[in-house]
Formats: sequence, structure tokens, C-alpha cells
Amino acid sequence: MRFLRQCLTIAVKDLRSELRSKEAINASLSFALVILLLFSFAFDPTAEHTREISGGLLWLVFAFAGALILNRSFSRELTNDCLEALIAAPISGSALFLGKALANMLLLLAVEMICLPVFGVFYNARWTGQFPTLLSVTVLATWGLTVIGTMFSALTVNLRLRELMLPALVYPMMIPALMAAMQLTTLLIAGEPIAGEQLVWLRLLIGFDIIFTALALALAETVLVG
Amino acid sequence: MKENNFRRNTLYGLAVLAALLLARNLHVILRGLPDEEEQGAIYRIIFFHLPAFFTAAVCYLLALVSSALYLVKRKARYDALAAAATEVGLAFAAVNLITGMIWARIIWGIWWTWDARLTWALVCWLVYAGYLMLRRAIEDPSERARNSAVLSIFAFVSVALTWKAIEWWRTQHPGPVLRIRGAEGAMDPAMESMIYWNWLALLLVGAVLLAVRMRQEQMAREIDALRRHAHAL
Amino acid sequence: MSAVAAEGLWKFFGDFPALRDVSFRVEAGACLAVLGRNGAGKTTLLRILSGLSKASRGSVSILGRDARDAATRRCIGVLGHGIAVYEELTAIENLRLFGRLYGLENPGRTAQEWLERTGLEHVRDGLVREFSRGMRQRLAVARAFLHSPSVLLLDEPFTALDDRAVAVLQDLLRGALAEGRTILMSTHQLREALELATHAGLVDRGRLVYLGPRTAEMLADPGWLYRHYGEA
Repeated sequence: MRFLRQCLTIAVKDLRSELRSKEAINASLSFALVILLLFSFAFDPTAEHTREISGGLLWLVFAFAGALILNRSFSRELTNDCLEALIAAPISGSALFLGKALANMLLLLAVEMICLPVFGVFYNARWTGQFPTLLSVTVLATWGLTVIGTMFSALTVNLRLRELMLPALVYPMMIPALMAAMQLTTLLIAGEPIAGEQLVWLRLLIGFDIIFTALALALAETVLVG
Repeated sequence: MKENNFRRNTLYGLAVLAALLLARNLHVILRGLPDEEEQGAIYRIIFFHLPAFFTAAVCYLLALVSSALYLVKRKARYDALAAAATEVGLAFAAVNLITGMIWARIIWGIWWTWDARLTWALVCWLVYAGYLMLRRAIEDPSERARNSAVLSIFAFVSVALTWKAIEWWRTQHPGPVLRIRGAEGAMDPAMESMIYWNWLALLLVGAVLLAVRMRQEQMAREIDALRRHAHAL
Repeated sequence: MSAVAAEGLWKFFGDFPALRDVSFRVEAGACLAVLGRNGAGKTTLLRILSGLSKASRGSVSILGRDARDAATRRCIGVLGHGIAVYEELTAIENLRLFGRLYGLENPGRTAQEWLERTGLEHVRDGLVREFSRGMRQRLAVARAFLHSPSVLLLDEPFTALDDRAVAVLQDLLRGALAEGRTILMSTHQLREALELATHAGLVDRGRLVYLGPRTAEMLADPGWLYRHYGEA
């Protein structure tokens, strides 16, 4: 399908561009690692504590690090007026959005997959107990963050104070996904499966993803073109 | 001209009605209703705390509908309505937050408690404050209207999901709750009806504020256009 | 069916009219040079024709269809103020990218051909970041022409071009006209643009105050239109 092919073209372009300059991913990764370490100093958690806060800690780190990647998403198109060329090209706003969101998700996932073992080492925590499920939850939550972040990157692309505004706008909106991710991650890192009343969080996460992806695809063209 | 007079008179009428209703409600609240068993006199704050919450929710819903209408019809007055509704909603949400904090302070001695409704009101407040921040940052009126309309739709969905999330969170990790309960969790009918009466009063106040704010938006747009005209000449 | 047609175009920024009741037709194979002072509305008009912006009122049709139609966009080539190529990609990657977006059958081969036509084949695998200004401009031109557009919309294309890029562009535009393509370009009053033009128009404060064949007088004296039809 042309739509998917175009999405992939855009995603590949973004990834290639980012992997060559490595600006966003370096900033994001260093930021994430530094915060992880700082939290370790600040709270010096025992094994018990770590188990309780692992989800909250990790997702705060991922959310902060993610902002650096997501912010760049549309603003990288401003150099040389590339965004205009993309809008003038026969690609729909939603394909453009989806391609970028895919690239962002992969970049953020890469950062997260590096942070997990670092977390394991510095907090003396075992996190591989439920790894497949943990990975699935991470992918779902990362997609949720990415959809919102990429959309808002498009919304604020022309603004001067974009870097300051994006986090302020985006974090409150991500709360449902973050809450769900935190609850589930704490559970999974402790080695327990998702069951019983904890399933609502999984449902919330999936619902969040579906609803916001649909909204973003529907409104992308409006935001980008008018 | 005639339309302006009619509009102004209606607004004055509404404002007077709201003031009278508020005065009557206050009288009943302070003198008519008895003290509540556990909480003493302070429980009366619920008559502003809860209706403010409801009114804010109504305003946000209005903002959602108005934003969606703007995107479909592209008429500037829908954008003005969305902006006005959000601002008025924020004002009432602030009332909800402040009364909640006072209430918590008096009952439990702490300024804040992660009570579900209070938490939700805070998140809502942050989300919609972001809406106003975005509006202020975009200069072109059409772009401002369009982008803030999209934001408003996202915001509403987000706060709806947040409500559910907080509810589930509080079910799994219970905490202090700002409520008044009777013998079986039901409320004294006199108190319950008072909540609704005061909600009506607050809605009237909200309507007046909304109308005034909308007129402001319209005038600001006209001035902006005149300014651009002047620059072009 | 005209190649480019505008009917009753209005564009408002808030309540301010940037374009007022602009109507015109450009037939296939013509080259229209649109003159006007800064802020007159040339760029606004071009952006609407390119599908980058929506008119507040009125309609635009390119090749008989709406400017935002995907099928239409495939036939339009746009050259705006920015060069619209990616710094972090190589020349060939840039052209291949746009080739794919425009649905070309063989993006790689077409990209290579255009690099040769614009004299960039020797830097095919060089990052645009390292290009000189003239090289970037030529790459931008290659990008605009890559998909053989029937209609070319160019916003002040000769401004800030070095002489080699000017020569390349003029060559390409003359070739395009010979092939029956349509060109609409905004310009201040540059000779290079007027030479190519078959028609000329003047935009003044949002209105199209003149549209007609480009005469020898205009070529000899580029300020002619302003004096005769513009307000002082």
C-alpha cells in the first residue's frame, strides 16, 4: 500500500538522518543515564525500595529522555524549509506523521533498552524475570508517549519557545499512559505476571494507544496544512 | 445597536440573577443547614468545592464541542467560545482546588491529599493551562484557532482517560477522601439539593463570565485586523 | 482547461486580507512572471497554488483539480525560499527520497540522471552539509524538476543564485517550456525571469492589478509595470 510505503520512506529518512548526526540520541541517552545515576545517589534505595519504585523511576527517566527525541521530530524539518517540500509532495499528513512517529519510537526504544541493563547494574535489580511481557509493555507505552509527543512536535513546530513548551504541554497528557506503564513495570520487574486487577492497566495502555493514534492520524493533516 | 442592547441587558439580567441566587444560597448554607456530624462547620465548603468541579467539567466539555465545531466550520466565534470556555473552566477548577486544599487542611491538617477528585482537578488544570500557553505563543489567529482546537480535543480525551486511571489507582491504593457521608454513605437530602442549587448559581456566574470573555476575544480580533491594515497602508 | 486557474481568491490572516479577490488563468505552456513589492502577496499566492496553505475564500485549480489532491501534487514542482534538501543526507539520497515520495518508477535511476543534468554527479555521495551554496541550489532545482512536473511554481527562484546555478535553471526552464510545461514564478524585477516569461502580472497589496502578455517594453525596462499599474 502506498500509505505504508510512504510511512516507511519517511521513517527510514528520519532514522538515517538521526543516525548520521546522532544529536538527539546522544543527548537523550546521556540524559537518561545521568538521571538514573543521580536518582541512585539521591535515594540510595535498598533492594526493597528499588522493587517498589522501579516502574516509577524508569518511566520518569524514559519520559524525560524521550522529550529530547520527540522535540526534534518536526523541528528538524525546519532547516532549509524541508517541511514545506514534504507538505507539497503527494504524501498525506497522516503518512508523514506516522512515519515520524515510527522513527521516534525506534529511537526511544533503543535508549530504553540500553537503560534497562544499566538500571539492573546500578540498582542491583533483576529485571529479566518477565522480560517478554516487559518488552511488550515497554513497546506499548513508548508508542503512547511517541504518538502524543510527535503530534505536539507538529503542533508547536513554528513556535519560538518550542523547547520549553513541549514538555509542559505533553507530560500532563501522558499521565494515563505513564501511570499504567509505571504500575505494570513495577510488577513485571518484581517478576510477577500481570493478572487480576492489574489487567486494567494493560487495558488502559492499549486503549490509550488506540484512541490517540486514531486521533493523531485524523488530525495530522489539519495541523500540518490547515 | 439594538442587538447590542439586548445582549447587554440579558447579561446584566443574568448577572443579577446569579448574584441573588448566590446570596440566597449563602444564607441557607450558613444559617439554614445544620453542622455535619464528623466534620463540624467546615463541611459547608463542599457547596462550593463540588459545584465548582461540575462547572469546570461542563466548561471543558463546552470547549471540546466548540473546538470540534471550529475545525469543521472554521468560524471564528467557535474559537472564541473554546478559548473563553477553557479560561472560565480553569477559574472554576482553581476554586475547586483551593477549596479542596482548605478543606483538607482543616480536616486532616495537611494542605494536600491525593484524593481522586483533587488529583484529577490538578492534572486537568495543568493540561488546560497548557492550552492557554499555546494560544499565547501563536500569533497568527487562524493558526492559533486551528492548533488550539486540536489541542483541546487531545486535552479532553486525555483528562477523560486520566479520570479512569486515577479511579483505578485509588481503588488499588486507597487514600484519604474528601467526602461527606451520612449513615449509609447517603447524604442528607437538604444538603444534596443545596449542592445542586449552588451548582446552578455557579453555572450562571460562569455563563456571564463566558459571554464577557467572548466579547473580549472578538474585539481583540478586530483590533488585530485594524493594526494589520494600518501597517499595510 | 487551464493549467492554473484561480477564482475569487481571498486569504485572511485573522481579519487581515493578504489576498483580495484574485482571479486569473494560465494556459498550458505559458510562463507567467508575477511581480510585486515585498508584502504584496506573491508568496502567499504561490503557497496557496502549491497546496501549502488554504485559501480563505475562492478556489484554485491546477490542471483542473484541487491543489491539495495527491494526483495534482504529483504534477507540481515547487521551489520556495528554502532549498528543501536534507543536510544529513547525501545528494543521491535526497533525490531518491523525493523520487519515492513522488511515486517514481525508478527513483534511483532518475535521481542519477538529474544529478548529471545539474552537474552534481561528482558529489553524488557527498553530504549536503558539505556542499557549497551553489551546489545546494542546483540540488534544490534537481529536486523540483525530478518528477517531471507539468506545472512549476517558483518563488523568487533567481534570487541569491550564483551564475552557474542561474545558467542551469534558465536552461531547465527553457527546456520545460519547450516541452509544453507551465511555469509560474514570482520575481522582483529580474531580467532573467522576464526573459523567459510569456506573460507578466503585478500584485499590489493583495490584488492582481495587471495580467497580460509580457511585452518588449517590460523586458527593456523592468520597472515599467510598477510605474503604470502600481500605486506610488
